[in-house]
Amino acid sequence: MLSRFLLLFSFLIVTDQAAAQDDLLDLLEEVEPKKEETIDYTIATFKTTRLVIAQSAETNAQGVLNVLIGHRFGRMNGGPKEFFGLDNSTIRLGLEYGITDNLDIGFGRSSFEKTYDGFLKYRVLRQSTGKRKMPLTLTLFSSIAIKSQAFSDENRENYFTSRLYYAFQMMIARKFSERLSFQLMPTMIHRNLVETKADKNDVFSIGAGGRVKVSKSVAITGEYHFVIPGQIVSTIGGQKVRDSFSLGVDIETGGHVFQVHVTNSRGILEKNFISETNGDITKGDLHIGFNISRVFTVYDKNKFRRKREAKRAAKAATASL
Amino acid sequence: MKNILLLLSVSLLAVSTTFAQKQFTRSAKTRFFSDTELEKIEATNHQVTSIVDLAKNEMVFSVLMKSFEFEKALMQEHFNEKYVESDKFPKAQFKGKYTSEKPIDLKQNGNYPVSVKGTMSMHGVNKEVVASGTFSVTGGKMSGKAVFKLKLSDFDIEIPGVVSDKIAEELTIYVDASYEPYAK
Repeated sequence: MLSRFLLLFSFLIVTDQAAAQDDLLDLLEEVEPKKEETIDYTIATFKTTRLVIAQSAETNAQGVLNVLIGHRFGRMNGGPKEFFGLDNSTIRLGLEYGITDNLDIGFGRSSFEKTYDGFLKYRVLRQSTGKRKMPLTLTLFSSIAIKSQAFSDENRENYFTSRLYYAFQMMIARKFSERLSFQLMPTMIHRNLVETKADKNDVFSIGAGGRVKVSKSVAITGEYHFVIPGQIVSTIGGQKVRDSFSLGVDIETGGHVFQVHVTNSRGILEKNFISETNGDITKGDLHIGFNISRVFTVYDKNKFRRKREAKRAAKAATASL
Repeated sequence: MKNILLLLSVSLLAVSTTFAQKQFTRSAKTRFFSDTELEKIEATNHQVTSIVDLAKNEMVFSVLMKSFEFEKALMQEHFNEKYVESDKFPKAQFKGKYTSEKPIDLKQNGNYPVSVKGTMSMHGVNKEVVASGTFSVTGGKMSGKAVFKLKLSDFDIEIPGVVSDKIAEELTIYVDASYEPYAK
């Protein structure tokens, strides 16, 4: 009888000890902020601020400077004489900066048509779960491009405004899983000067694109922009204007993202690839291109925010004294 | 005799579950540091939650991985997306026991060196961890500090070959917590 009670006694002590640490963990869960109390924002929908050749819904983080060097070569079907297009290389040098986590400002210059461009990119909605459930990321893009090439006919009256092109784009994106992200890109290009009266000054298109991650650092990307028919009548280089189609591969290292792609569009800017693509894929009018993106931290936004919070707390403390 | 023993067992059970000298915090700091020739990486989490049970010499910590703050936003993104996969494993947790030469007395100011042993759960892996730390009591308030090392490979955290020179195999972890009494 006594032995039975001693057994029960010791059993009680042992089970009590083992369960206690798990009890503490359960207690901790009561103390912690619940999942529903914080907003969990989706990160890394795309690896960088470009999808294949178009903008992605991503913006740069606050205080981050992104140096973007874009290359686009000539047509591959130019053959070995043109070194499969590599002889006709064009480049865009660009800088973009995260003013806030949701607002980017950027500038660039393309050697193709000697065009300068400047843009603002604003992320209006951010995909999230938890306290606020938002299924999509919505980013707005607005840019001006200034073609600084000499006019084809210097003897007639040429206007500066003829050099201007405006691009407005909405990126509606969703990260479906760790591996798969997709975005829609309704776009409008406004050209001040067009070839004929039949060509519209405002060109509307709708693009769709996505990326599939094949490993932690490598992703395959694709993009297609459908230009609504009937807006562009004139040909470019004897070829009619077509929809832009691109396929690419993203390779990410520590601080760089390398993007290699193949596309039927000659130019890098929105106004080029949306309203001036004339490559016929069936004839092999394809261009190889690659982008290199390198980010630099201009200032540490976390440190900046903490310093500001500490100052505010100190001010509040002295005010209450 | 039978009744006395029964009473004793019941009272022991009752006493051990209601007697609680617990201390907690929601803002403990955890910092990790990776030191290589090519790069020094560090991040701090200012929102670590922890409870210490002074009666039972037990402690637990819960760390939300997404709350680690890096100087470089891209590093923070890679940390969450590629290395610790915080969407799959949002929290790291530690539960363990500590031993100290003299029991911690909140009425006695001073430093109490402790050695801690317990289980760290991170990235889906549980591993036993030992650490040395110090609890300090000043003016009835308790705080704790500890330093220990963790190997990334122990937790199945893979470093891609491309950046293997920039991230150390073993990281140093610093914990700094200021506690307050847990009132039920």
